[in-house]
Amino acid sequence: MAEFGLAALWLAASMALLQMVSGLAALTAGENGKGGILADLVIPAAAAQGALCAAAFASLIYLFLVTDLSVLLVANNSHLDKPMIFKLAGTWGNHEGSMLLWVTILAISGAAIALFEKRLDRETLRATLTVQAVLALGFFAFLLFTSNPFARLFPVPQAGAGLNPLLQDIGLAFHPPTLYFGYVGLSVAFSFAVAALLTGKIGPAFARAMRPWVLLAWIFLTLGITAGSYWAYYELGWGGYWFWDPVENASLMPWLAATALLHSVGVLAVRDALRAWTVMLALIAFAMSMAGTFLVRSGILTSVHAFAVDPGRGAFILALLLIYVGGSFLLFALRIASVTQGKTFRLFSREGAIVGNNILLSTILGIVLIGTLYPILAEALGDKISVGPPYFNKAAVPIALLMMLLLIFGPMLRWRKDDGIGLQRLLLLPIVAAISGMVIAAVIKPDAGVFVIITLGLSSGLAVGAFLPLFGRKLTRTPLTIWGMVTAHFGLAIAAAGMASEAGYSSERLAAMDVGDVERIAGWRVKLNNVEPVVGENWTALEGQMIAGRGNDVSEMRPQSRNFVSPETQTTEAALLTRWDGQLYAVIAPAGEGSIKPWQVRLWWKPWVTFIWLGGVIIALGGALALLGRMLRGVKFRRPGPVDERFAA
Amino acid sequence: MAVKAKHQRLLLAVLAASALLAAGLIAASALREEVSYFYTPSSLARDKPAPGKAIRIGGLVQPGSITRGADGVSIRFVVQDRDASLNVRYTGITPDLFVEGSGVVADGRLAANGIFIADSLLAKHDENYVPRELADIDMKTGQQSKDSLVR
Repeated sequence: MAEFGLAALWLAASMALLQMVSGLAALTAGENGKGGILADLVIPAAAAQGALCAAAFASLIYLFLVTDLSVLLVANNSHLDKPMIFKLAGTWGNHEGSMLLWVTILAISGAAIALFEKRLDRETLRATLTVQAVLALGFFAFLLFTSNPFARLFPVPQAGAGLNPLLQDIGLAFHPPTLYFGYVGLSVAFSFAVAALLTGKIGPAFARAMRPWVLLAWIFLTLGITAGSYWAYYELGWGGYWFWDPVENASLMPWLAATALLHSVGVLAVRDALRAWTVMLALIAFAMSMAGTFLVRSGILTSVHAFAVDPGRGAFILALLLIYVGGSFLLFALRIASVTQGKTFRLFSREGAIVGNNILLSTILGIVLIGTLYPILAEALGDKISVGPPYFNKAAVPIALLMMLLLIFGPMLRWRKDDGIGLQRLLLLPIVAAISGMVIAAVIKPDAGVFVIITLGLSSGLAVGAFLPLFGRKLTRTPLTIWGMVTAHFGLAIAAAGMASEAGYSSERLAAMDVGDVERIAGWRVKLNNVEPVVGENWTALEGQMIAGRGNDVSEMRPQSRNFVSPETQTTEAALLTRWDGQLYAVIAPAGEGSIKPWQVRLWWKPWVTFIWLGGVIIALGGALALLGRMLRGVKFRRPGPVDERFAA
Repeated sequence: MAVKAKHQRLLLAVLAASALLAAGLIAASALREEVSYFYTPSSLARDKPAPGKAIRIGGLVQPGSITRGADGVSIRFVVQDRDASLNVRYTGITPDLFVEGSGVVADGRLAANGIFIADSLLAKHDENYVPRELADIDMKTGQQSKDSLVR
């Protein structure tokens, strides 16, 4: 089976080569030239590449499911005693497997474009597939020459080494593939952008072809970040949901760029403005996902994500990054002068607001990028430093607040130019909401912090303001795309409110406890009833049995201190009690020798903390509604005349 | 006032450039205040940062040095490398693999009396997961090796 997978991978790589060569033939032949049979092979080659990659990945899944220990990758990362779902997740819970997943998603997206994209002219479509092939070839070379997932191992070991226990979690089954769909979606947007630079056809048709991919990428990135944040929150047992860890930043940066791109590609599709701007953002978004992959996969950073500690691999990804990003930026510089400027607009208009959104997002992106790369650069120069949450909070939060302010009224501006008259009437509602939000936040806890209070005010304003674009519309006839926008903006207000509440209103209690002791926190009474050993499929643990009560509400909590057998590791498993107004979070650990009491218990009450992830899911839902709206319209207007501009958001 | 297309592109380019500049300036000023430097006990002995400044330290937990406070949640221990040692105080749940003789990295600040007050501890997890700062410190002798091993 391993040999079958390897053969499929080689064949897929050769299909990518064929796709690139024939695509180049088509490109040089130009719009009118036929380019012969060779040029017509682009689309079949893309389809074949997708199918072969899927076959290769399927065979790796099979090898992991049956735990074929004669395969090096399986032996190193799996174990006979591992639960089935983690055997499956183990397929991509390692460097080689995750890169194969990446290239598989890339190839399948290429096949999807080849087979289903009907809006683009033939020339740009072929150019897009050519760029896709060039991207895929780089990753095929990376896999086949430095990270062969199908390498055999001799002699065959007895049991296998196991998977990092931190990663033995249901969240892992979905977190990496979700992010990869996002990264790869951005690579498709990149291919469109480079193709449009090559053919010079940058306009609404190009934007409409690119938009669903950006939307798809953005939905997956949003979900991936939300899931990763929740995973860190309950799995690490530190009570935090975001640590500004470089690996987290690696997923946040493409998201910021994708968010900017999503908004500007809409302007290009509807108004034919922001041509060069949109192409540039597409290049940056892909550069960020490549940089993210490089940071995470190169071993420059040490974390649960860094599987590869092999300088050769890091250098390879860095080389790919430089070639693709450098090449595309060079192409941009050479070609952009020949792209004519799109339609113009006044700054006080919907376009202007979106430019503002883009600029603020780019500024945050720049701040995160600098904070992430600076320690690496400094280390290369011999200084060991770290940049932590204080930097990111101080530099990025004020700009994010500015963005929320803009978001309250931006979506209500008219295209091209706005006289501001309509705004005055409508804005009263969000302003009242924002001020009352701030007053309530300050009254509840005056020392919650000025940023916390402002954020809660802006969230209240946005929670109301997000719905204003529906004002004056017949709700039943409002297009899904508008609903999507409204939903996503509302989700942002919810998430921001959750973050502010967590930052300003959490309570924390750290105590040494004996069985029978009681601790109090934020109206809760937590009693440690007992501590007992428990056994799981591949771990043993000490489990605290706690009774947490507030009024009539009495529930049990069972945090664990867990020991894994293979590889030998300890983790703390937090216990969470979710209520409508927040979460009670408990962690237990043995106190160690010489302590007065045998157990250390850490308790948090985090009001409204669930809003953070709820907001993330609502944002993604908004994206899904918009995507659905686009797809439905695509069906309705199959091969239409010019798409009706009034409907487009 | 009609906007000429050429002017509009220029305006957008200027806006984009000023966003980049703003990001750079904000980042530079925040970095100057918030960056924390990494010290080993010996480098700390040579060049002491001001008390209260956020720093990160790393080394080995000296065997026999861990003592628990009367409240049951705070601990004191000594972090050492080959030439020097440093007293550390920490309040909280210690990381899973925090044991005497193992490597540790701590975020925190020096108190006026020279004790390091740790806000968070990061222990050496396993062979595959070493805190970045400890990767080139020899775990047996506490000596910083000249040639970087894992990178």
